[in-house]
This record gives sequence, structure tokens and C-alpha cells, in this order.
Amino acid sequence: MSGHTDQAFEAELQVLRGRLVGMASRVEAMIAQAARSLVEGDASLADCTVALDPAVNQDEMDIDDMVIQLLARRQPLASDLRFIVTATRMATDLERIGDLAVGICRRGADLRRAGGGPVHPAVPRMALVVEGMVHEAAVAFVRADADAAQAVLEQDDVVDDLLRELFGELLGAMVDGHAQVATTLPVLNAARALERIGDHATNLAEEVIYVVRGRDVRHGGRGGSIT
Amino acid sequence: METQPAPTTAKVRAEDLKVFFGSKQALLGVSLDIPNRQVTAIIGPSGCGKSTLVRAMNRMHDLVPGASVQGRILLDGVDIYGPQINPVLLRQRVGMVFQRPNPFPTMSISENIAFAPRRHGVRDRDVLKELVRDALERAALWEEVAERLDAPATSLSGGQQQRLCIARALAVRPEVLLMDEPCSALDPIATTRIEDLIHTLKRDYTIVIVTHNMQQAARVSDRTAFMLMGELIEVDATNRIFTSPSDHRTEDYITGKFG
Amino acid sequence: MGLRSRLRLLGDRLMLGACALALLIALVPLASILFKVVVQGAPALSWTFLTSLPRPPDETSGGFANAIVGTVLVVGLTALIGVPLGVGAGVYLAEYGDGLFGRTVRFLAEVLAGLPSIVAGIVGYSLVVVTTGHFSALAGGVALTFLFVPMTAITTQEALKMVPRTTREASLALGLGQASTAMRVALPSALGGVLTGIMLSVARVAGETAPLLFTAFNNSFWPTGPGQPTATLPVQIFVYAISPFESWRQQAWGGALMLLLLVLITNVAGRLFWARRRRFMQGH
Repeated sequence: MSGHTDQAFEAELQVLRGRLVGMASRVEAMIAQAARSLVEGDASLADCTVALDPAVNQDEMDIDDMVIQLLARRQPLASDLRFIVTATRMATDLERIGDLAVGICRRGADLRRAGGGPVHPAVPRMALVVEGMVHEAAVAFVRADADAAQAVLEQDDVVDDLLRELFGELLGAMVDGHAQVATTLPVLNAARALERIGDHATNLAEEVIYVVRGRDVRHGGRGGSIT
Repeated sequence: METQPAPTTAKVRAEDLKVFFGSKQALLGVSLDIPNRQVTAIIGPSGCGKSTLVRAMNRMHDLVPGASVQGRILLDGVDIYGPQINPVLLRQRVGMVFQRPNPFPTMSISENIAFAPRRHGVRDRDVLKELVRDALERAALWEEVAERLDAPATSLSGGQQQRLCIARALAVRPEVLLMDEPCSALDPIATTRIEDLIHTLKRDYTIVIVTHNMQQAARVSDRTAFMLMGELIEVDATNRIFTSPSDHRTEDYITGKFG
Repeated sequence: MGLRSRLRLLGDRLMLGACALALLIALVPLASILFKVVVQGAPALSWTFLTSLPRPPDETSGGFANAIVGTVLVVGLTALIGVPLGVGAGVYLAEYGDGLFGRTVRFLAEVLAGLPSIVAGIVGYSLVVVTTGHFSALAGGVALTFLFVPMTAITTQEALKMVPRTTREASLALGLGQASTAMRVALPSALGGVLTGIMLSVARVAGETAPLLFTAFNNSFWPTGPGQPTATLPVQIFVYAISPFESWRQQAWGGALMLLLLVLITNVAGRLFWARRRRFMQGH
């Protein structure tokens, strides 16, 4: 597709796209590091992760500002309008993911204070899946590939299954007395945080589908296709 | 946001309309419905045929030597190019407002408006005065000129002159009002007043507006048709066509990738 | 300022000077004619001159009164016949003149505009003088009409062509026919140009001598009406100017000045009327 006749506008859209992609990369790193710091009990890794959060928050604010400027100055229409308005939502979802990653670091700190312990294997697997979901959503966004975004939506079931498995086992273990509450609760909460990251990543994918296809697939709506 | 009512009756319908100027074809078989008492905007790059289409609706091409029209245009179901249709009478039902305000320069404000009704047979002076007042009120111009109806029409500002032309067109009591880029010669405030006026007028008239200003089409119309190189590419409810158009050519034009 | 710009400025000034010089050269003959006529003719203008009939050359009480009235009569007849015909033809050419017939008429009008005046006189002669058996003011009027109509038709057409197409479109879009539009919208808008064209044509025919020589002919008495021959300024000037009498030649100059003044007054009157209309049209 040819670019906008107005080069300055084209450049501004590129900047916005770039910021979103950069924010997504940062957030992916935060997920990976937070999960590892939890599993390996590594406090310094947790600190690194938390240190990334201010940049993510700044990204959200800058993106919101850019969106307002573009709306005021460019009166965008059609796909430009959908993209610019959705950019705000995407930034919000990414920022929440960042906060959730910080929360996982805190659960790790709780676990270490309670004396440490093994972390259920479902946790690193969930982390891998949701990190992949964010990454795939970002790639789908850059490539304007609604089918790839659709694939991300399907991954959410995997995350839900993993969470159910983990909850079943750990709750059972706590009830039986085989596991301590103090060392199990942080893991449960971390897993829930990962599941919510998965939900936000699903939102990202739905937003990409809206920008590309112009159809709102949230809450069970069906996507259409355009020529 | 209110949902757009589905068009139930097409006041004007173009069926496979082709227009030729000599051997050059300006319209390539356009079929379009204009719903009753709604505003339909026609957008597209220069030379796409939007003015040609609209001028076919009141048979203005009859006056262009070398122009020929094929296909049909139905007004309330009757082909306006049929053999028993008098184009002069047709133009009393389908009025037109032009790009540059064109009041009759030798006449005063009230004479401009009374001119056509008088030619069509209205003689009574009081009836004419009332007609002039009614037309000026409908065009939201009465308050500004009530004190000086005998002043030359050319003493008005550009925006006022255009509203005078609208009043003049309305005085003939048309059913359809064709507007060919009515605001392109006006400043933003005058433009806003006319857009506001259109919003009021659509209660009583079917309006077709040609515009090269997409934001104006988005503000003013209920349905929008996009034309390109003599063809109708897409027509849809305005709020749909400007948020997610179906055809990529419409998308490209609207987002400024060409034209 | 660089050398190049200085040269350019100099060239500009030289060109301006050359144009001014050309204008002066063109004006000199005109100015000198006017000057000569005024200087020579003014002394001849007197109350007697303006009000008395011609007398033999040795009498001092002669005048050009009948010639003045006669010119007004003949030109008036010309205008009476010529204005409706000329303006009507001009309207036709401007509004409907794109077909074969229109183009033919336009071509003929342009050719006839260059018609030698003596030919117009011959036609007038054969049409009126031969059929009625005598000279008459009417014959003169008819002869002059053949010069008046083509000119008026062309100037009327030009004036109407200056009316913007959008003004006509406005009228047509209101449901008026082409004829109504032409007569009630286009023509009033073009009135200034049309009047100017008529003035120009009047000025032209008022001074024509050849056609009148054998149509209106001449006499020394008051004009009695269109059916009889009449004196006219051009013919009278001609007769007096080539005469061997000094007093008559003096009066010829006076007649020339009179003719010029008549044309000037017609022009000014037309322009005054037009100026008022134009102020209205411009919105004052």
C-alpha cells in the first residue's frame, strides 16, 4: 500500500507505531525476567524488572499525548482513525502487563521472605506462553496480519488450562497439608497474574484485528474481511 | 450515536447512467439511489465525475452542445429523460445551488428571489412579498436583510450571497436540492452556517451535495458516495464509510494516499 | 544592485518610454483634428447658426438648423429600425448562435460590418427612393441601417458573451427557459456593453455622408417628416466645404464641430446612465 501523500503525517504514524512496538518489547522482557526471578529466587533480577517499569509508564503517557495531537491536527479517517484511537487502548493494556510483571516480582519477594521453595512447573510454562502471545500480537500489529492476531486469541485457552491445572494441584496440596500456605500463596498469585497478562495480550490481539479489519471482535464478536 | 435509518424510498435513482461530451465518456454507467429527505454526499478526486452526475439530475447537460446522456434517472419513479418530460418544469422540482454564489447582479435581494416565481405566474404583490420572506427565513437570512430588501444583491457578503442563492432556489418550492460544492468559495464561518442550514433543510428537502472536503461530507451527510474516474466505487452510511470503508480505493482516498 | 538588474531596469524604462511615445504619436493626429475643428468651428457657432435655415452665401443670417434637426431625424429613424434588429440579432448570436445557421449569420454580420457606405446608399436608394419615386429621410434612415445593424449585432453579441455563464445557469436552474434567461437575465446584465455598442454605431452612422447623398438628399428647408428629403449635417458640410464661398466654408467648420458635439453628447448621456446602473450592480 502506498504511503500517505502527506509525508509528515506518514512520519508521525511511524513514530507512533515505533513507540508501541518498543513498549511491547520492554514488557516482554519484564515478563520473562519476572518469571525467572520468581522461579530462581533471584532478587537482583527482580530489581532489574522493576526498574523497567517507569519507562513503560512514560511510554503510555507519551503515546496518549501523541494520539491527542494526531486527532487534533490530522482529523484522521478510516484505518488511520482506527489505528490512532486503538493505540491508546494498546498502550493501556501494555502498561497493565508491566504492572502485573512488577507484581510477580513482589510475589517472588514474598516467597523468598517465607523461606523460598519450589515453584510449580506450570508457572514458567505459562510465562513462556504469555510472553509469546505479547510478542506475536506485536508482530501481527507490525505486519497488519489479522490472521496471526487471531492465532494469539486461541492461545488464551492454553493459559487458562495451565492455570486450572496449577490451581487444582496446589489448592489440593494446601488442603492436604503437604504444602505451606506461606510458600504456596505467592505462587498461586503469581500464576493468576500471568493469566491476567494473557487476558491483556488477548486484548492486544483483538485490537490488532480491529485496526486491520475494522470489525470489533471483543466479547465474542466475529471478525469480517475486507477487499 | 444514532443508527442511520435504512433508506426506504429512493427519491432520485440513477440507473446505469452514462454521460458523454462528444466522444469522451465522463460517466461510466453509474447506478445510485438518493434517499428521500436525507443528505447524500458525493466525494472523489477532481475529474471523477461528481459534478457531471449531479448536473444530470436536473438535465443541465441539455444546454451543453455535444453532451449526450444514456441510461435513466428516475424522480419518484419517473424517468426525467423520458420524451414527455419538460426539462424547464423539471428544474422547478429539482433545484441547484452552485459553487460560486451567483445572484442576478442587476436585481435587488427581493427581486432575486421573486424573479422565478413571477416568471412562473405568481403576480400578486402580497403573495410575492410573503414568498420572499418565507424563502429568506428558510435560508436563515431573513434577520440579516429584512431592513434592506431593495439593496443590490451584490452588496451582501459571500456567505450571505450563497444563502440568498439558496433562498432563491427554495422560493420555487423544489423537492430536491442539488448543491455543487456550495461552500468552496466561502470562509470557515460562512461554511459552518450553511452546513447548519443544510441540517435544518433536510427535514423538508432531499439534498445531494458534491464536495471535495471529506470532513464536510462527514459532518453534513447521512450517506456518502465515493466516485473515481467516472465510476461509483462505493456508497454507504456516512459513519461506516469514514470509519471502515469496504473498498480499498475508498480507503486510500479517504486516508489521503492519493487525490 | 547588480549590473544585470540595473540593465533590466533600464530596459524596462526604455520600453515604457517607447510605449508612451507610440501613444503620443497615435494621439497627435486625433488631437490635431479636434484642435483644428474646435479652433475653426467655434467662431462659426452662433445663435443664428444654430437656429436659422441656410441662406445664400452673401447673407450673414444663414445657419445649419435644418441640418442639425435632419441628422437627428435620420439617425433617429436608423436607431428606431436598427436597434431592435441589431440587438435582437446580437442576442440570437450570443444565446443560440452555435449551430450552422448561427455561424453563417455571424460570418455575414462580420462581413457586412465592413460594408462600403456607398453600397449601403445604393441599396437604400433602390429599396426606397426608386419605389417611392423621391428622396426621403426614410431612405436615408434605411440606408444607414445597413451599416448600423451589423455593427450593433456584433457589439451586442460581445457584450452578452461577457455575462458569466453562471448567471445564466442560475436562471436556467430555477426553471426558466433559454429565451426568458436571455431576455430577462443576460441582456439586463449586459446592458452597459449593449448601450456602448449602440452609441458607437450611432456615432459611426451619424457621420456617414455617401449613403445620404442620394437617399435623404438635401434641401434648404426644415425637415417635414420621414417621407421627404432632408438636409443632414454630413451632406451640408460636404456641400458647403467644397463651395467657393468663404462664409459657407466657415459654416462648414461650424457644422463639423456641431457633428462632433452631437456625437459627444450622445456618448456622455449613455455613459452617465450606464454608470448609475453599474454602481447598483456592484453593490452600492
